[in-house]
Parts: sequence; C-alpha cells; structure tokens
Amino acid sequence: MSKDVAVLGAGMHPWGKWGRNFVEYGVHAARAALADAGVDWQDVQFIAGGETVRNGYAGYVAGSSIAQALGWSGARVATAYAACASGASAIDIARARILAGLCDVALVVGADTTPKGFLAPSGGTRTQDPDWLRFFLLGATNPTYFAFYARRRMELYGSTEKDWAAVKIKNARHGLSNPNARYRKEVTEEEILASAMVSEPLRLLNICTTSDGGAAVLLTSLEYARKKGISDPVKVSAVSTVTPRFPKTVIDLPDIATDSAAAAAPPELTFRDSIAAAAYEEAGLGPEDLDLAEVYDLSTALELDWYENIGLCKEGEAERLIRDGDTTLGGRIPVNPSGGLACFGEAVPAQAIAQVCEVTWQLQGRAQGRQVEDANVGLTINQGLFGHGSSVILTK
Amino acid sequence: MPAPAVEGFFTTDPEPALLGTRCSDCGTYHFPAETFFCRNPACSGTTLEQVTLSSRGTVWSWTMNRYAAPPPFPQTEPFEPYGVAAVELAEERMIVLGMLTGDFETLKIGDEVELLVEPHVDGETLIWKWKPVA
Repeated sequence: MSKDVAVLGAGMHPWGKWGRNFVEYGVHAARAALADAGVDWQDVQFIAGGETVRNGYAGYVAGSSIAQALGWSGARVATAYAACASGASAIDIARARILAGLCDVALVVGADTTPKGFLAPSGGTRTQDPDWLRFFLLGATNPTYFAFYARRRMELYGSTEKDWAAVKIKNARHGLSNPNARYRKEVTEEEILASAMVSEPLRLLNICTTSDGGAAVLLTSLEYARKKGISDPVKVSAVSTVTPRFPKTVIDLPDIATDSAAAAAPPELTFRDSIAAAAYEEAGLGPEDLDLAEVYDLSTALELDWYENIGLCKEGEAERLIRDGDTTLGGRIPVNPSGGLACFGEAVPAQAIAQVCEVTWQLQGRAQGRQVEDANVGLTINQGLFGHGSSVILTK
Repeated sequence: MPAPAVEGFFTTDPEPALLGTRCSDCGTYHFPAETFFCRNPACSGTTLEQVTLSSRGTVWSWTMNRYAAPPPFPQTEPFEPYGVAAVELAEERMIVLGMLTGDFETLKIGDEVELLVEPHVDGETLIWKWKPVA
C-alpha cells in the first residue's frame, strides 16, 4: 500500500504583525488552499488544526474555531499541539486518516497571533512546569538555548559571526519576492554585526522574531486526486513526528537538565539527527535525493546545525556549505528558498505547515522569484519543545 | 537569609549541592528529582533515593543574556545582564543549567565550574549558580 497522500492545495495568509484574530488568518489560508485545490469546503471530511496557546480557549480548539468560521459543515475535527511541531502533528493526523481509508479529503490549518517580545510561559506559579521553571529560576529564554548551540559551533568547529551573517544575508535574499514573507529587504553584514547583542554570541539579527500568520494544506488520497484529473500531484511521502530516545544528552528547551547517561548509553543518533533519519527511512530516500530543504532557522547558527542533522554534510562541516554558496538558490542544495524564519518570523502552529506550502510550490514550479530548478524532492524539518520531532518529505 | 526560590532543588549548607534522585534499580540520576518513576525506558524502577549531585562540572556551553527575560523571571530596575551555563556532570553523565556568578566572561567550553547558592537577581530568594573554579 502506498503511504503517499496528495497535496492538492496550499495557501497562506501573509506573515506580519497584524494584531488581528488568529481565526481570520486561518480562514484566509484555508480558503486559499481550497481554491488552489479546486475543492469546496463542504466536501472536506476532516479538518485538523494546529493549536495556539496564546489566544485563549478558541486557540486550544483551533480546528473547530476555524471550522466554525468556515461554516459548520459536519466535518470531523481534531486539534494538535506539539509546540513548534504542531503543524506537522496536524498533517500527520490528517494523513493517517486518509491512509486508514477513513476519509479522502482533509484540510490542515494553523494560525497564530503573537505578542511582542520573547515567548513567555503561561501565568501563575507552576513549580512543576519545566517551561515556567526555566524562566523563573534561570531566565533561560529561547535564545539562551540557541546561544548554547551557537557557542559550541564557534568553539568546536570554528564558526564565525560572519558565517551566521551569511546565513541571514542568504535567507533575506531568498525571501525578497516571497509575497507571504514579513521581511522583504536585503540586509548587510555590517547591519548584522552592528545589531544588538541579545544572548552572546547571538545578535538580534541572528534570531528570528515572532509573527502573526496562517498556513493551510488540502490533503487527499491519491485516488481522489486521480478522480479530479490530477495524476501527478505533489505527495507527502513521509511525516516524522518522533520523540527522542533515552538518554537525551543534548540540552533542549525547556529543560533545566538533560537525561542522565549513567545507566544507559546515549543513542547512536542525537534527537535532531533522528528526526530526519525517520523521515528518510519512511520515504525510502536519503539526503542525496533532496533538491531543497526548509529548515527551522530559529537562529542563523541553528540553520547550520540543521545542515548536519539532515545529512547535507558531516558534523562540523556546515560552515563550508554556507561559505561555498551550496545552500543558496542556484547552489547544490538550496536551503530555505522561502526566506525561512529569518524573513517570516515564527507563527508557531502555522510554521511547519508553511514549510510544507513552500516545498509544495517549489515542486510544482510555482515559487515565483525563488524557484529551485528541477525540484523533485524537498524536506522540511523542525522541532517542538518537550520532544516533538517534525519533518515532512514531499515528492513529485 | 532569603528562602530557596523552589523547595527540594538544592541544599543551603555551607557546601551546597543540587538535590536529585537516583534509581535504586538502574542507577539513572534525575534532576529535578523524579519521585514516582525512573525515566529509563528499560527500567520499571519506582524506588528513587534522594542524592546530592556533583558540585563540580565542566562547561558544555554558556551565554550572557543582555535583555531581561519576561516574568516569572524577577524584574529588576535597572536590568543587569546575566549569564547562564550548561554544565556537564561527569559522574551523573548529565548536563545541568544554572545562572553564572563570579568572573565568567572568558569561560571556555570544558572549563571547570563549581556550585554556589546565592541570592536571585532581585535578592528575594536563593538559587544555585555555577562559578568558574579559579
């Protein structure tokens, strides 16, 4: 049995700091995806929403909030939360329902309205919540963890601020003509190196911001696509939502401490390596098959980590890829042709879906102004707090 | 003297230590303490003894934060930049975070640090911190 499902439609609400109701972005993106697919909302049998935790109860039940706004239709519904990986979780649920034969047409939507500044934990005094504790006891913001990884690259592999600036410059250029990107402006090395230090060694322009936005994909069975006259749709060939393996020995948000490896040897692959490995295994593909990748550049230095995690090069060699232009449009393996989080900022439950939208358009040859030539296989990757892997492989 | 910011995470002896648990069946350490189950998937142990963790470790990485974290991090006026380190403990084979104190601006990965208990940034409570070993 084929494990593929078709991506018949993709749609987004432009990223920005619009300050409106997240449902509005979700409906906009959903209608765009439905129009792209030529499918009527009332023919959708299942809707999966990515949850937002920053918009009250309506956000906890994002799937039904958006379904109500689209107009109650009796569709089945689910809402998934997996922090930054929520979108991939929602895609995975929709895909599973289609592959199980429980439905043919599923809509996946994620949207968020975000506050300004650092993402902060929920209120109250919650001494058993690691996310609350890390802020209360340590002031360990998200960039604190990004800075740990960046400093290790610097000391262990000779990564420099100029390498990280090169990542930002590349992504800013990639996103210049992306109509859904929030920032569409070139940036210079001087501007990056002069931007304020946030968490040493990372400066403001090395760190992604938070954004409002919405993204949606319309997934169907291959048979349904064929009946619609689409014999060669872009397909979801793998979704990796793996958890870590014990003992996880790399410190990750929001943890105060890692697992102990005193009694059990660490796994062969780190968690981030294992996310991509599971996707490759499921798709029967490898890094050599990729034509492009959308990786989660929460920081510029983290984009370099991802190059290694998805197997574009060996550990410690990512700097060479950015220096040689391998990951720039026109290079060997373009990374973040959308402009990445550097141009979007993060709209948590929408972001993993937005990555899938971009790869879909790339494989369809519709990524105007940022098209990767002859794109047949693309991978998205990301990681959600508390151990949520998120990787999708799309093929043509 | 101020009280610990959280109960059960560390001692306030003259030679303070972090308080964790160790599984009596497999020897896995946990910090913060686990009280009901061992997190090793190959172990179904439920006997977790309280232990003090190594009070010295080596720097896995660190950062200096130049912007104030949002609440519940104590908000102070004026804001003072603060350091946070990820420290590897050899015996427990784990990494434990902590704020930094002392002269840490030239720290390198692999440098040795030791545990102290000091007032939090607002002076209202006590927290553990890592300090470079001279």
